[in-house]
Amino acid sequence: MAIKSDKAVKISQKNLLGIQNLSVSDVNYILKEAKQFIKLNKSKNKKLDILKGKTQINLFFEPSTRTQSSFELAGKRLGADVMSMNIVNSAIKKGETLIDTAMTLNAMHPDLIVIRHQDSGACNLLSQKVTCSVINAGDGRREHPTQALLDALTIIEKKEKIQGLKIAICGDILHSRVARSNIYLLTMLGAEVNIISPTNLMPENIEKFGVNKFSNMRKGLKDCDIVMMLRLQNERMTSSFLSSNREYYEYYGLTPDKLSYAKDDALIMHPGPMNRGIEIDTNLADDINRSVIREQVELGVAVRMACLKIFCT
Amino acid sequence: MKKQYFLNANIIDTHNSLNEVGGLIVDENGLVEAIGKKVNKNNIPSREKVVDLQGKHIFPGIVDMRVFVGEPGYEYKENFRTLSNAALSGGVTSVVTMPNTDPIIDNVSIVDFLKRRGRDKSKINIFPTASLTKGLEGNNMTEFGLLQKKGIIAFTDGLKTIQNTRLMSRIMKSAHDLNSLILQHAEDLELSKNGMINDGIISTKLGLQGIPDLAELIIIERDLILLESIKCRYHISQISSKKSVEIINERKQKVKFTCGVSINNLSLNENDIGDFRTFLKLSPPLRTEEDRVSLVEGLNNKTIDVIVSDHKPEDEEQKRLTFAQAATGSSGIETLLPLSLELYHNNSVKLETIIQALTSNPAKILKINKGNLTIGNDADFCIVDINKPWIVKKEKLISKSKNTSIENKKLQGKVTNTFVKGVELFKL
Repeated sequence: MAIKSDKAVKISQKNLLGIQNLSVSDVNYILKEAKQFIKLNKSKNKKLDILKGKTQINLFFEPSTRTQSSFELAGKRLGADVMSMNIVNSAIKKGETLIDTAMTLNAMHPDLIVIRHQDSGACNLLSQKVTCSVINAGDGRREHPTQALLDALTIIEKKEKIQGLKIAICGDILHSRVARSNIYLLTMLGAEVNIISPTNLMPENIEKFGVNKFSNMRKGLKDCDIVMMLRLQNERMTSSFLSSNREYYEYYGLTPDKLSYAKDDALIMHPGPMNRGIEIDTNLADDINRSVIREQVELGVAVRMACLKIFCT
Repeated sequence: MKKQYFLNANIIDTHNSLNEVGGLIVDENGLVEAIGKKVNKNNIPSREKVVDLQGKHIFPGIVDMRVFVGEPGYEYKENFRTLSNAALSGGVTSVVTMPNTDPIIDNVSIVDFLKRRGRDKSKINIFPTASLTKGLEGNNMTEFGLLQKKGIIAFTDGLKTIQNTRLMSRIMKSAHDLNSLILQHAEDLELSKNGMINDGIISTKLGLQGIPDLAELIIIERDLILLESIKCRYHISQISSKKSVEIINERKQKVKFTCGVSINNLSLNENDIGDFRTFLKLSPPLRTEEDRVSLVEGLNNKTIDVIVSDHKPEDEEQKRLTFAQAATGSSGIETLLPLSLELYHNNSVKLETIIQALTSNPAKILKINKGNLTIGNDADFCIVDINKPWIVKKEKLISKSKNTSIENKKLQGKVTNTFVKGVELFKL
């Protein structure tokens, strides 16, 4: 299958560190490229040679299933040599700093480094120290740009547009990089975004990012086209934010009753991994008429292929 | 030592309410012999060599109330020799050192060592503090009385706050009995836990854990409530927010206490952190422009008594990390005065107010005979060209650590000469 390449359009950035750094045309360009890969990923022969001879290093300091495998698969399908660093066995465990690790890897002349790190801004620091392009696969609670891009692509595939849609993002906003990237991207593309979260998990001044904030699920979900649920990030919670999971589920878990406040054709999204019975009713998560969670994973590969192609130059 | 004559200087000595063009005579023993407008060409023997300062300023040597020196334990960050050289280049002749060393300054035996090192290696006046609690652990008080007798000037846990209210009240009672000075770092530990920068739009945007201004306010309020019933010498090391300025302004009508501010918080705001600049990871954190303006106003209306450098040298390795992992603090003793002068040049604060907050006010709080040019006192002073433009360059800094918060900043005003006890120890 032939993949068209639009050489005339260029991306304004060398690195993909966050949605904050992208312009609307950058985003549209990435999404347009990604669309071409959706079909490819469903075909029998999934292999291309766009990135033949290129080296991609995946540097994951945090555990990850879908993002890491998605990036790995994306790179391999484009023909790149992909190396996924196993941090547990690396010099990081011997006390090497991020900058030194970066310099070491840089000396091996990779064309692209994909990084996930528990600290906000880690990818920014890395990008200052290496010569190749850097793609952020999630840094602390700051940004997860490819997740937001795949969410946008999923919405566009299902609803044909983002402009004018009412989208609710619910749950642990405070600790969520997915929420931040999605807030930037969806507002940039013209959606009306409702943030729903208990006040304990709501970041300071979030309303200044152009969103509406709610601490009541039913009010926040009213007339929404998309309901995006987030995972409770218990591993990032250092002290008591909530009384219990069952109380959280009662007030903030997505149930058929709460969903009924959204539009009748509202779609359910979740970046995964899900805590069934905590933030989402297990049957709703699997409801093929409402949930597009599986599609998100599928389109994730296409979006990452587009990002690798565009940023690996 | 020969007698020295300096003429045609703009002299500001706020302790003696002096602000006039005149001269300064330093006698053979390094003491101030005469000062002011009465010292001029006409009353100096013509055979004597005089220095014509051509309108440059003379200020008393600066007293910096909050300085971290790496000695003992962290000599690779800063030792007494490098500290004093850095201080002298910024016109600072007296420093109050924090007890957060290794070992911690919390017992009498370590004070002897400290005094000896300070005397042998440092050319400036070192006034060491000891910790309020043993091991900075916030549990048991140190021996205020015995430590004071050894020459400890004040007590503070430096980077840490006394969280336990009962302990704080007992500390105040002891300080009352022994006439000890307490320097409190005001920050509620639980509210600021894991915090890195001001809690607000920037922390949300950068995805960094915030430190709310309430964390500072709560400790200030608590301590001032205690202070109403337990009178003692109490000083808040640094404040950073508008809310703190307001409460202090109000309470100063009722209770006697003092407070300081870091020059960083007077000159910078949270936006300067930009793209995760770890050199601006400070404690207390930089806050909003509104907070900064309020601090400047607090300095003007005497709510704030003292400006400090909060000099905290950190080597490159501690800053070349992600923001979360990077050390807190910036090196600033040599830029304290020039950066303060920015407030004068941009018409925010009167020059006398700045000099008062850098010299006579800290000396008064500490009860030391420094920060003034009274006749018969040590001639500790600096000569400053307050208009000289220059740019802060990391590599040109004298301090052993180069973690300045104002790299590449254009400043106006530079110290050209610094004297301690009449001896010129720095010359540009």
